[in-house]
Amino acid sequence: MIKGKFIDNLPKVYGIYTGGFIGFIILMAIGEQMGMTAKAIGIAFVAFTIFIYALIGYLSRTAQADAYYVAGRQVPTVFNGMATAADWMSGASFVAMAGGIYFKGYGYMALLVGWTGGYVLVATLLAPYLRKFGCYTVPDFIGTRYGGNLTRFLAVVVLTVASFTYVTAQINATGTIASVALDIPFQYAVYVGLISILLCSMLGGMRGVTWTQVAQYIVLIIAYLLPVFWISNEIGAGFFPHFMLADEVARIAELEQQYGFVKNSAGDLANVPKGLAGITKAHSAVNATPWAFISLALAMMMGTASLPHVMMRYFTTPSVKAARKSVGWSLFFIFLLYSSAPMLATLSKLSLIDPSLPTGIIGKSIAEVQAIDWYQNWNQANLMFVSDFNGNGTLELNEFFMGGKAVVLATPEIAGLPYVISGLVAAGGMAAAMSTADGLILAIANAISHDVYYKIIDPKAETQKRLTVARVLLVVIGFAGATIAAMEIQGILGSVIWAFDFAMSGLFFPLVLGVWWKRANRQGAIAGMALGLASGMGYLIWVRNGGSGFLGITQLTFGIFGSAVSLVAMVVVSLMTSAPDAATQKMVDNVRVPSGRSVI
Amino acid sequence: MSKNEQHWEKTRGLLFVTLAIWFVFSIGIFLFGAEMNEVGGPFGYPLTYWFTCQGSLGIFVILIFWFAGRQEKIDEEFGFSEREDS
Repeated sequence: MIKGKFIDNLPKVYGIYTGGFIGFIILMAIGEQMGMTAKAIGIAFVAFTIFIYALIGYLSRTAQADAYYVAGRQVPTVFNGMATAADWMSGASFVAMAGGIYFKGYGYMALLVGWTGGYVLVATLLAPYLRKFGCYTVPDFIGTRYGGNLTRFLAVVVLTVASFTYVTAQINATGTIASVALDIPFQYAVYVGLISILLCSMLGGMRGVTWTQVAQYIVLIIAYLLPVFWISNEIGAGFFPHFMLADEVARIAELEQQYGFVKNSAGDLANVPKGLAGITKAHSAVNATPWAFISLALAMMMGTASLPHVMMRYFTTPSVKAARKSVGWSLFFIFLLYSSAPMLATLSKLSLIDPSLPTGIIGKSIAEVQAIDWYQNWNQANLMFVSDFNGNGTLELNEFFMGGKAVVLATPEIAGLPYVISGLVAAGGMAAAMSTADGLILAIANAISHDVYYKIIDPKAETQKRLTVARVLLVVIGFAGATIAAMEIQGILGSVIWAFDFAMSGLFFPLVLGVWWKRANRQGAIAGMALGLASGMGYLIWVRNGGSGFLGITQLTFGIFGSAVSLVAMVVVSLMTSAPDAATQKMVDNVRVPSGRSVI
Repeated sequence: MSKNEQHWEKTRGLLFVTLAIWFVFSIGIFLFGAEMNEVGGPFGYPLTYWFTCQGSLGIFVILIFWFAGRQEKIDEEFGFSEREDS
């Protein structure tokens, strides 16, 4: 059926794969009709998809450094776009984003703008030039452009701090989904998730991760879009929700007016289970100050352009030109999901609060709501809660609480979709979390194995030894992440947003100025990375310990402070010390021209 | 001015134009978020709400493809384009 080189057959291979996956969904739907239990369907979905990813990981095994680190630099633009989208969209994007929009509205939607706008910076400032450079890792660029082991090492430190913050949250997410779908305790489920993640990346490195990420993107996008379209049709909101929910958005605003946002007393809120929230913010009104919105968007945009696990995806394209186009495709594939999240939030909210819909619960009697099947299920899962604070027997808007994850996980069930959709959503969430975790663990392990071990400790090491070190590191970092995830100190490490702030504090300006400012030198880069990361981290610690902060910079946007310090330090120190030598200047000239041999 | 310098000057010009458009739709318009939301936007959504859901996001996608095309033209003009790839 498949002849010739694998790369030439990609559309066919993934076409068959997509068809097979849809066939599997239909098979499960038939199974449900024939009496397959919800639990069996959940297990089948998660186990089947993980098996496929592991198979792809095995088939992509390699013993070549070029294939292990940069997938042989032959990933076509569109497929690299899909892989980047999967790499990028984490378990949090998949499971929590719609919930964030549902509860926080406009203020939260700065993340949508920030997490997409950052790709404009990636495409214009960095990706094509780093591709031309021909490096294996991001610290490889820093180390070669500025010279010296200290610069390389500092870049590895920033990368590790940012990526490790991020990866524990991802492993945690795989554990959460695996524990629900497979019905095993969380402490074990975390390791099931980890082993699945390692199966994709250990044998094939970047090549394995690339081809599994494409497969994971297909699963996650089907799992996200299918319920959105289905629910929209089910409740009669329109067959293409993105263009047709204006009436629903207006209706929510009208209901908000009618109910009002009643503030609960602290005593009442103490009864609500931890992590659940009520609707306290307007859905479509502007409820944040311009600076609160803009600073969060800006921090996420600059962070996007500094996160190594995204940047290294563009090292795998065949050319500089392909790298640029590939950024566009990445954002297109991300756009498909991100533009759907607000629609899902709208559908979910309306179906719950509109008394004229059969699913609406606000205004019903408390006892009636407590008797609903799906309420009981999600209440048991600690994701839903009602309480009659004012004692009138009727459910008010401020008496209904939900977990952020429930918007994605529970809405299909509330709207009356078959359980097969819930199984599909679990598989999608698993795919999103696994693909991001893979990219992050690989970024850390590659940086340590290539930049610290090969470039600094043992430059004479043979390929086989280098790849062995890389694989051992992969496992070690994975287990370290899983161990921390199993400790469930999520409040401290769960903040995905911090990873962006750390990355931008330490890496944004050293990367950008490395290409765009010839005068930038080693001393400047060292100052930029060290002071940027230190001041960003210092600000975070200060604010978390009761510091008041300044200029409206919060613990979510501390990267703005860190990167400003980084910029100033880098420019001042560079100008105070001598200009880079002629060879370095020539190297920068070379990076700016797409044609010709790569720099390294 | 050498060929390389001319090429870089044009490249930088394109960067500034691209970043200016990026700035408008990622930051500029949200300075007036509250005022803009009073206006009806595409498909009947409030305008600021539409930009955060779809508008800005979609504009970024188009902007990157446009940028990639323009940059390729600049590279071709100076004979700096790579040949044998897609």
